Amino acid sequence: MLSPKQTLDTYFLEARRDLLEVAALLDRYDESVSREGHKAEDESKLESLREAMQLLAKPDHSKADRAKHLLAHFAKIN
Amino acid sequence: MQIIQPHYHAIARTAQDYERMSMSGVVAVCEPAFWAGFDRRHPETFIDYFAQISEFEPTRAAEFGIRHFCWVAVNPKEAENVELTNEVLKQMPEFLDKPNCLGVGETGLHKSTANEIAALEAHVELAMKHDQLVLIHTPHLSDKAHGTKTVLEVLSGMNVNPDKIWIDHVEEETIEWVLDAGYWAGMTLYPVTKCSPRRAVDILEKYSTERLLVNSSADWGPSDPFTLQECIVEYRRRGHQVQEAVEIFHNNPCRFLGQNPKWDIKPIRITEE
Repeated sequence: MLSPKQTLDTYFLEARRDLLEVAALLDRYDESVSREGHKAEDESKLESLREAMQLLAKPDHSKADRAKHLLAHFAKIN
Repeated sequence: MQIIQPHYHAIARTAQDYERMSMSGVVAVCEPAFWAGFDRRHPETFIDYFAQISEFEPTRAAEFGIRHFCWVAVNPKEAENVELTNEVLKQMPEFLDKPNCLGVGETGLHKSTANEIAALEAHVELAMKHDQLVLIHTPHLSDKAHGTKTVLEVLSGMNVNPDKIWIDHVEEETIEWVLDAGYWAGMTLYPVTKCSPRRAVDILEKYSTERLLVNSSADWGPSDPFTLQECIVEYRRRGHQVQEAVEIFHNNPCRFLGQNPKWDIKPIRITEE
């Protein structure tokens, strides 16, 4: 089992990479909207991602069950 | 599709990489001198290294039908050893004359110290004196923005031809500075710590594809030569035509590197019968 410091040191860069990919996806969507002149008819996937990020941004998750909550959250999207 | 890998550290990779790259359409790789993972203590170690990438490595690549070119420099991580840097710089012109050597690189900055800046200036001066191309490394992660700005400040105070300078490892926060100053910009695709294939395609779509190079810079660390091919697949799946991909992944390297007459691979155009 990893210590708290080891956990951050081991996975920080991968998490950074993954967040950058999400940021790039959101930028890609905005660029597409700007280029095409209209939004997607159904933006529920975009909203789902935004809600997921809000869920992750909450500092207090005493049961360390973010992944479980996120899976339940994404299960609402077809 | 014919592909050029403009930044690749072959000595750290296996023959199987060459074989698979050849099978995927790679026709040429370019190997800048880089950090070995530890600080070398002797100028002679660099001389042997330069001989390896200018004499031996082309023979290894040729077994798989791949052309191999190289660059020579002291990596910025080793520039703190001023005596070693100066001694290696004295001996670099011999290697600039090698038939596969394209120029001075990768020089650049790591922590942007005074010694690194002095070494960068000395490398660029040497390159300009010998009419060579220059490949400049910019720092990783949190040092990138500051280091890239510093590189541009150093160059702005020197008598350089921006057409002959490639500033590598740009990302979203630094690419505009490099292109606006008239230099070539390189995007390096790493699995974790640099740009990703998808983000690189975003950048290709957002900016003009002129003066842009894409590479894997695969080395001894967590890296993968096939991030370049991943990028090509991502580019094509977004609907871009083969010729557009050829322009970026084959012809742009030819346009930059072809400023050195030793680079004899020409841009190609796909035509229908």
